[in-house]
Amino acid sequence: MIVGRLLARGMLAGCAAAALAFLFARIFGEPQVALAIAFEAARHAGDVSHAHHAAEPELVSRTVQAGYGLLTAVVLYGTAFGGIFALAFSYAYGRLNTWSPRALALLLAGAGFLTFVLVPDLKYPPNPPAVGVPATLAFRTMTYFVMIGLSVSVAAIATLIAQKITQLRNAWTGTLCGAGIFITLIALVQFGLPDVNEVPEGFPALVLWRFREASIGMQLVLWSTMGLLFGVLATRVLTEQSSSARR
Amino acid sequence: MMHSPKNQARAVALPTPVAIPVQALLPWAAFGLLLSLVLLYFVGAEQGAVSLISGQQVHEFVHDGRHLLGFPCH
Repeated sequence: MIVGRLLARGMLAGCAAAALAFLFARIFGEPQVALAIAFEAARHAGDVSHAHHAAEPELVSRTVQAGYGLLTAVVLYGTAFGGIFALAFSYAYGRLNTWSPRALALLLAGAGFLTFVLVPDLKYPPNPPAVGVPATLAFRTMTYFVMIGLSVSVAAIATLIAQKITQLRNAWTGTLCGAGIFITLIALVQFGLPDVNEVPEGFPALVLWRFREASIGMQLVLWSTMGLLFGVLATRVLTEQSSSARR
Repeated sequence: MMHSPKNQARAVALPTPVAIPVQALLPWAAFGLLLSLVLLYFVGAEQGAVSLISGQQVHEFVHDGRHLLGFPCH
């Protein structure tokens, strides 16, 4: 039952962290989305063949997309990764190292941000509206998820090797070897995967950069808050467990 | 003085980590991963690269989130 309780707390921590990430995205991300949409509109306005776009009815208003829509998406995302995070924690606790729940939670949150967000984003960075050709969407979605899968697999392999070397030598050597293996394998994977370059002619570089900053910043807010919050919640669950076991 | 009841209580409060048995973990892992993947699918891919529900309602609703969370959107 303890895993169930940790899972519930992970999802709760992810949900709460998502609320904070939503605020960050709302303040720093939405202005860039608006600028990108303005660029797209200006481009279509000058293009007669796309004139019908203006006449298309809006299914969901911009206000809803930037408000409840964004909040819903981020909360679902945070809850989902909160669950995955709690399961990884449940497995790593007492196996990966002998760290306290709080320290382990923060370490795993950092690892999660690195493998699920930062490393995939280095190869396939987040793009604002107007960037990306609709015809290649299926291909881009596939390569993006393959990149995440490989990133997680490489992290798992590097961790296993690091643990082996730590047992044979010491933690310093083991961790350095693990990091070296991770960087080498990620470099090979990213070199091998196809490039995507679909930024339209004349798209403002500053908007693209600010959008990506906001996207990665928002994920940093999400993962760090989730790790810190889950550390506190997990400490309570695990101390209750051990004190009841001793009774 | 070192072994006052208060100090002992504190020692109990910070236990050495004991690994959770894999057998206790597996059912929850299956349930949690499945639930999480369904949530991520609707945020990240539904009515984009793959479509289970017809239309664009889901896509348009999570549109900004999908862009900002880093998923390919359109």
